[in-house]
Amino acid sequence: MLIKPAPDIRPSEITPERVYLSRRRFLQSLTAAGLAGGLAGIADAQTVMGVSVIRELDYHPNPRYSTDEAKNTLEEVTGYNNFYEFGTDKGDPARYAGRLRTRPWSVAIEGEAEDTGVFDLEDILAPHTLEERIYRLRCVEAWSMVIPWIGFPLGDLIRRFRPTSRAKYVQFTTLLDPKQMPGQRYPVLDWPYAEGLRMDEAMHPLAILAVGLYGKVMPNQNGAPIRLVVPWKYGFKSIKSIVSIRFTEQRPRSSWERSAPREYGFYANVNPEVDHPRWSQKTERRIGAGSFWEPRQPTRMFNGYADQVASLYSGMDLARNF
Amino acid sequence: MLTQEQTLRFVFKPLLLLACLAPFLHLAAGAAGLGGMSLGANPVESVLHGLGKWGLNFLLVTLCITPLRQITGWVHWMRFRRMLGLTAFFYLLGHFAFYLVVDRGLDLRVLAEDVIARPYITVGLAGLLLLVPLAATSTRASMRRLGRRWQALHRLVYPAAILGCVHYYWQVKADVREPLVYFTVLGALLGWRWWKHRQRLSRAAPAGRSRQIRFLPSLAAARGQQDGRQDERATRGRPRGHRLAQ
Ligand code: HEM
Repeated sequence: MLIKPAPDIRPSEITPERVYLSRRRFLQSLTAAGLAGGLAGIADAQTVMGVSVIRELDYHPNPRYSTDEAKNTLEEVTGYNNFYEFGTDKGDPARYAGRLRTRPWSVAIEGEAEDTGVFDLEDILAPHTLEERIYRLRCVEAWSMVIPWIGFPLGDLIRRFRPTSRAKYVQFTTLLDPKQMPGQRYPVLDWPYAEGLRMDEAMHPLAILAVGLYGKVMPNQNGAPIRLVVPWKYGFKSIKSIVSIRFTEQRPRSSWERSAPREYGFYANVNPEVDHPRWSQKTERRIGAGSFWEPRQPTRMFNGYADQVASLYSGMDLARNF
Repeated sequence: MLTQEQTLRFVFKPLLLLACLAPFLHLAAGAAGLGGMSLGANPVESVLHGLGKWGLNFLLVTLCITPLRQITGWVHWMRFRRMLGLTAFFYLLGHFAFYLVVDRGLDLRVLAEDVIARPYITVGLAGLLLLVPLAATSTRASMRRLGRRWQALHRLVYPAAILGCVHYYWQVKADVREPLVYFTVLGALLGWRWWKHRQRLSRAAPAGRSRQIRFLPSLAAARGQQDGRQDERATRGRPRGHRLAQ
């Protein structure tokens, strides 16, 4: 559907009084929101189990790594998504992600590390403190948003599992379950979705694992219960609904790279000088209902994070390693 | 009671006009925020894609008219063809204008770069340009003036529709299912014409009588000079022509 009537749940309505909670209660909220699913699910969850559900997360803002650009609304962030596991229309994730059960959820830590195994999400999250990072997100399709993520540095998690000296890369994998993810019934991509980072990229303080946005538990359509956010790369690198993190010696191949190697490289760094073979990456359209007459804006090198990350790629030919 | 002519003019055609305008009004209502409607988080994309999609839809519906007439035998289908074709043209012109003015801020350098470097834009523009002479000669007067050449000219709608589908196919990222549906429909519409054409040839010219092939089209043309219904009359004229030739 092209035009949707405005949903009857407005962001203002689903934002309750601010309650700050212990991590234990955050985990309960993950459970309930996960069962109900989706943005609507978060609202429904209040009554779903006959318990009052806590939707706010306990976090502190991190202004050092946050932009002060105008944020996209919760409605935009949760209503306009690329999450092909639920369908290729931008509205499909909001429509179908309610089927995803985000609890119980486990993440396998595998490959070249001292401590490997399958861990319950609660154990994965336990030692980390959550912070808010307001990041720009630049999609490879030449649109962008500004999103207040709640998460923690990926590097902190990686250190806990003590990767060995052979660990040169980190590979991430999304859940594979066509019953919960109806988009996987058709091989638009080679499921399950896979992504990867070089170890130094993964350890960079800007790379986070996010479990929420706008102060609340991650809506299913945004990659619940846990997803990657790498703000200097095109959005498709920021893999959603992660079930496996594997340390490897060989460079992993990402799903998009496998599907069209000429169009999507392993690095996928935002770069206005390297066009997608079929369209320009020089400019982008900032998402927003009020943006009808707004001109496109120039895309910035590394999505505006060049000062922090350019050194990772010094000496590399970015046109070849796109 | 209305005569058939009156029904066509005062009932069917206005209804069709409304149907042709409906997608546009839907987009306009969304842009204006009428009745809680909206164009979503990316209104520019919604309008751009909406106009492109409906332009292609109407183009294919236009191509359904001749097969419909041939299958149902109801000649008055042809009365709707011009309105449908012009609707397709105006949606696609709007699609192009919207891309150029709103999306790209009337930056002609960007347009030039896109046309040269992006094959999907190149074929889209080629498709649109092919439709321009068709829209310009859509009047009854043009039909009369061009006579037989009118129909030859208006066969440009076939390559235009093919280019439109290629344009759509080339701009999707990975999910080609919908463009393939369009290709299938277009294939069926063009395949029907090819099949009809073959049928006509073989009926007109059983093995080794190639003279009749040359003879028949001119007969057909002579019979149906007016108002774009040539090939309808040609079909009716053909069996007689066949007998004549024997
Ligand atoms: C026969 C002529 C044309 C037809 C049938 C056509 C049709 C379409 C269709 C069906 C779409 C996809 C809509 C969707 O995904 O829902 C589209 C997208 C698009 N068209 Fe056209 N179009 C034509 C000409 C043009 C021209 C002349 C231009 C510009 C010079 C153009 C620029 C675009 C752009 C920029 C997009 C969006 C691509 C994107 O979002 O990545 N089109 N068109």
